[in-house]
Amino acid sequence: MDAMTKKELSVVATKIRASIIEGTFHAKSGHPGGSLSIADILAYLYWKEMNVDPSDPKMADRDRLVLSKGHAAPALYAALAHRGYFSTDLIPTLRHVGSILQGHPDMKHIPGVDMSSGSLGQGISAAAGMALGAKLDDAGWRVFTILGDGEIQEGQVWEAAMFAAAKGLDNLVAVIDNNNLQIDGTVEEVNSPYPIPEKFAAFGWHVIEIDAHDFDQIEAAFAEARAVEGKPTVIVQKSVKGKGVSFMENQCSWHGNAPNAEQYEIAMAELNATLKELEG
Amino acid sequence: MADVIKKATREGYGEALTELGAKNPNVIVMDADLAAATKTGAFKKVFPDRFIDTGIAEGNMMSIAAGLATTGKVVFASSFAMFAAGRAFEQVRNSIGYPHLNVKIGATHGGISVGEDGATHQCCEDFALMRSIPGMTILNPADAVEAKQAVFAAAEMDGPVYLRFGRLAVPVFTDENEPFIIGKAKTLAEGSDVAIIATGLLVNEAVKAAETLKAEGIRARVLNMATIKPIDREAIVAAAKETGAIVTAEEHNVIGGLGSAVSEVVCETVPVPVVRVGVNDTFGQSGPAVELLKIYGLTAENIVAKAKEAIAMKK
Repeated sequence: MDAMTKKELSVVATKIRASIIEGTFHAKSGHPGGSLSIADILAYLYWKEMNVDPSDPKMADRDRLVLSKGHAAPALYAALAHRGYFSTDLIPTLRHVGSILQGHPDMKHIPGVDMSSGSLGQGISAAAGMALGAKLDDAGWRVFTILGDGEIQEGQVWEAAMFAAAKGLDNLVAVIDNNNLQIDGTVEEVNSPYPIPEKFAAFGWHVIEIDAHDFDQIEAAFAEARAVEGKPTVIVQKSVKGKGVSFMENQCSWHGNAPNAEQYEIAMAELNATLKELEG
Repeated sequence: MADVIKKATREGYGEALTELGAKNPNVIVMDADLAAATKTGAFKKVFPDRFIDTGIAEGNMMSIAAGLATTGKVVFASSFAMFAAGRAFEQVRNSIGYPHLNVKIGATHGGISVGEDGATHQCCEDFALMRSIPGMTILNPADAVEAKQAVFAAAEMDGPVYLRFGRLAVPVFTDENEPFIIGKAKTLAEGSDVAIIATGLLVNEAVKAAETLKAEGIRARVLNMATIKPIDREAIVAAAKETGAIVTAEEHNVIGGLGSAVSEVVCETVPVPVVRVGVNDTFGQSGPAVELLKIYGLTAENIVAKAKEAIAMKK
């Protein structure tokens, strides 16, 4: 990836991170940790990989994204707002009464949200259904879905994994956001899903492992996924929960807590400094 | 009079799907390894490319159905009522109900008349579960003819529909020329002494009960309430006003189903006695369906007895 593109994507990802902090701060609740860990992959998907048109969110042949880890909605909303689906002015209304920005993604009211999600394990099945729909219509559009590493403790994820491979859904790409933390502790402490790549391989998926915060690796992974035929692809991304905000990184306490005023100021100062540095 | 034809409502479901498939290329039928029993197998034979079997994974099937529906498909997702409404409740609620997607849930083997398989497979809770989901339409046809009409009506409307069918072959008595309108009860007999509001397999029993009552000089109105939700408030209010006593009859727990729905309307509008015929908050057991229906009081005889109780309670 050229330096220019990398810089552009880093700027976008930092803006997404700032909006995650802004949204959860004003909501006084929400899930900043697991939102921050997927900012880079969302930046890549919405700015480089997916065929989408923010002025026509329901475009028939668009690529779809299902945020199976729906609690990372602040990241999705930030990406959609910065991409132009709706105004960034809506970000502070996150989780407020009357706002379209519901605590978890709501496809009925939010432009650009392709599937309502939030109940863990269901998004990957819906994504498989969409991918199957494209296959039945001989359509070329593709489906992306992002899951948490804790989420794959849900049995339905493996029902969907079995199904997607059995049906040869090579137009489906699942991203496992492996930040290693869930509400009750590390994923190993709670109920280890490891080894994740081997499990998906055994289920008949093409497996790619990357660093979630390295755009070169992200780009290579999606290019590889595009070339795979006859089976779905899973990208297992090693990520840092809370990435980009020093005091939130690798802390499971930031799974479902909003920053207070002081923490908000520190986080925004850090992200603005990152932005300034990037933009030179 | 011609001989009575007996046919299970699930047979009507299977036939309707195949007819629909021929008319609408967007119709997709899903099953979770029960195609022979749910009767979706007929569709599979004719349209193998549009038949999707998820294997034994009902929750997964419901969420996949939701994803398919977002691409413009009219999806019929089929399983036994116990697993469609019961096991997959949360997927139906969150993947289908909340986004109000165009998925039709074809739930066969509803109620106690599943018979020999016993309590684990006899779902008497599905109306209660499905009624509690905002925006869910619930249809429970009385015979195979009405079952076909219900499937066509469900396919015509946009949004989630739960259709309940039975395993047991039951008499075909409804008229295919009479239109099936979602949300509208059909009056099968006029009367002003008592109203019997029945659904599904109990409709035919209600008709028989009304004949028995008539012989005793009691004029019973019989309503076929094939739509459990949205319930036909107008017909219920009229029945309460004009008869002053109501009996409900369903192959479901007396908690949460038709009896509850009717009671809710009656209490809020024209309070009159409502006596509920249904499974009395108990699990079923193995045995021949017809015998079980007798044991649990899902018969014309019991409806007659309850009608008299309701009439006695009139002020």
